[in-house]
Amino acid sequence: MTGSQHRILIAKPGLDGHDRGAKIIARALRDAGFEVIYSGLRQTPEQIVAAAIQEDVRAVGLSILSGAHNVLLPEITDLLAKNEASEILVFAGGIIPEQDIQPLQESGIDKIFLPGTVTGDVVAYLHERLSAAAGGDTAGSRHRE
Amino acid sequence: MTVKDPPSNVRRKSEVFTSEVLETMAEARIRWERAQAEVAAKRSHWKSDFTTVSSMEIPHLVTGEQIGDIDPISEIGVPGEFPYTRGIHPTGYRGKLWTMRQFAGFGSAQDTNARFKYLLDHGQTGLSVAFHLPTLYGYDSDHSLARGEVGKCGVAIDSLADMEALFDGIPLDQVSTSMTINSTAPILFAMYLAVAERQGVDIAKRVSGTLQNDILKEYLAQKEYIFPPRESMRLITDQFAFACQHVPRWNTISISGYHIREAGSTALQELAFTIRDGMEYVEYGIRAGLDVDDFAPRLSFFFNSHNDFFEEIAKYRAARRIWATIMRDRYGARNPRSWMLRFHTQTAGCSLTAQQPYNNIVRTTIQALAAVLGGTQSLHTNALDETLALPTEENARIALRTQQIIAHESGVINSIDPLGGSYFVEDLTRRMVDGAFDYIRQIDEFGGMVEAIEAGFPQREIMDAAYRYQRAFEDKEKLIVGLNAHVLEDEEAIDTLYISDDLADQQIASMNEVKDSRDQGAAVRTPAIKVRPCGLSTR
Repeated sequence: MTGSQHRILIAKPGLDGHDRGAKIIARALRDAGFEVIYSGLRQTPEQIVAAAIQEDVRAVGLSILSGAHNVLLPEITDLLAKNEASEILVFAGGIIPEQDIQPLQESGIDKIFLPGTVTGDVVAYLHERLSAAAGGDTAGSRHRE
Repeated sequence: MTVKDPPSNVRRKSEVFTSEVLETMAEARIRWERAQAEVAAKRSHWKSDFTTVSSMEIPHLVTGEQIGDIDPISEIGVPGEFPYTRGIHPTGYRGKLWTMRQFAGFGSAQDTNARFKYLLDHGQTGLSVAFHLPTLYGYDSDHSLARGEVGKCGVAIDSLADMEALFDGIPLDQVSTSMTINSTAPILFAMYLAVAERQGVDIAKRVSGTLQNDILKEYLAQKEYIFPPRESMRLITDQFAFACQHVPRWNTISISGYHIREAGSTALQELAFTIRDGMEYVEYGIRAGLDVDDFAPRLSFFFNSHNDFFEEIAKYRAARRIWATIMRDRYGARNPRSWMLRFHTQTAGCSLTAQQPYNNIVRTTIQALAAVLGGTQSLHTNALDETLALPTEENARIALRTQQIIAHESGVINSIDPLGGSYFVEDLTRRMVDGAFDYIRQIDEFGGMVEAIEAGFPQREIMDAAYRYQRAFEDKEKLIVGLNAHVLEDEEAIDTLYISDDLADQQIASMNEVKDSRDQGAAVRTPAIKVRPCGLSTR
């Protein structure tokens, strides 16, 4: 399956302006054939969820380096659920302390990419997860590593 | 205002080497080329890419006749003399070591005050404040956009009371403080001066330090801006005017390449965009009615130091030569202090790896050494754990010790600009100078840096370079030990500093206490200080 069938939102919650990672991921996904929307900086959970729903994306990638992940990321998955959009896959990347990873995954963040990740791993991850979802394995699989 | 063209780098025929010597050197070069080609034909080089970390082509060998056209006086000179390629001080590091200034800030003002005192106790010689993100934007800790951010990326400062706690027991007439603050710089500057006055310090005579205050690099790289560029420039030139009149020992701006580099630029782009940003501030200052020699001596710079040792050293040497030339020849500055580029350096955060983090001590050492050999005035060395979290006390201490070992054990401080005159370093310095002037001309064609930013030009250049670097790393053209070479499969995690989300509640409670107890009426009735540009007052 090529990426061209999938639309992805790359979003930056939090106040930090470190967009190098988000833009590199966006560009790498584009080069891999995905249709990519980049939110721009300093998006609130409400703005991100509204964009994800309006743009009808298959997945949302959240880039955050500010340290506010424990508060903002679960708000995003909660809001998706409230809007009956839990089938949208949510993944994240940034500086996330080891001890925060499990609670974030329990809150519905499917996968967290840490410093040193190569873009090919993100592409491969999305291919795998989105093709699995296309086979009928949707929201229920979101808690699997 | 008339803006002169940047100087065409007029080159004279060398008087260092006689024509016979030049000829002999050229013959020797031909012999070497032949010899190395013969060896390479039998056994090819072990890799094909010998470029810098910025993908700059590096010559296999530079020989004397190739730099024979660099003028030894007007382009290289001696330390303390125009164009300052070899340094701004005639005494180098014998007169004064660089200031060891570790960027620090986390949690509450009390937490950071304790870290400041710890660093000072261990031999740090200046302070550098990291504010948390809400303070950088002017949000109180209870603002909805501050949720999750309180005390995470820096220290939470909501009020003058926090600022007083931050510097409690630290005499501001004896230590200089650098503050990484941009959009809200006027507010934090005012708070700092208020704390100094309350300590009984005469701000006109005894207070020194630096505001980052560089809004242009926020649009280029760091992206923590509030207002549009032109309005922001007005705030900054007003601060130039205020400080040269009221706080003359204060550096009103730290024109920053650091963040441009962290956002993925090449070394050359960092150099060129930073210098062009500096020129923009000078032009706005002049347009605001200031005399260039009143504010230019207080402009300071801030560069990154990445892994590519000689590229970094050449960058610092080139920066001094370019700035001196532009200030004298393009803006007509007459005071030599306006020509001198003084700079702070931070080792490259983006070069560090989360994998095998102890390797980061080695990277930081190489980078710090480059900064020192490049003649930095102050230095921050990153801690080994900074890709994972803000540093622990122990790791912050090792970072400081790295500087102290370079200062006291390596011997590199004994002679000024020890790499000056190296064929390779002088050639690389010249290529940096020429490359930067090319970029400066391109930005001039937009009408200036504000216009170039509005057109998105430097932002695109930086992003393209960042993506090229990522590709080169992923294609293993560039190797990073521990990441795409010499990888460890099973690594043990190291202990890192963890900042709890509980801090926010305490911070908000203490902020509310201040709000409840202050006399709002008195605050409103206090007249603002009237600022008159010092250039206008004296001329």
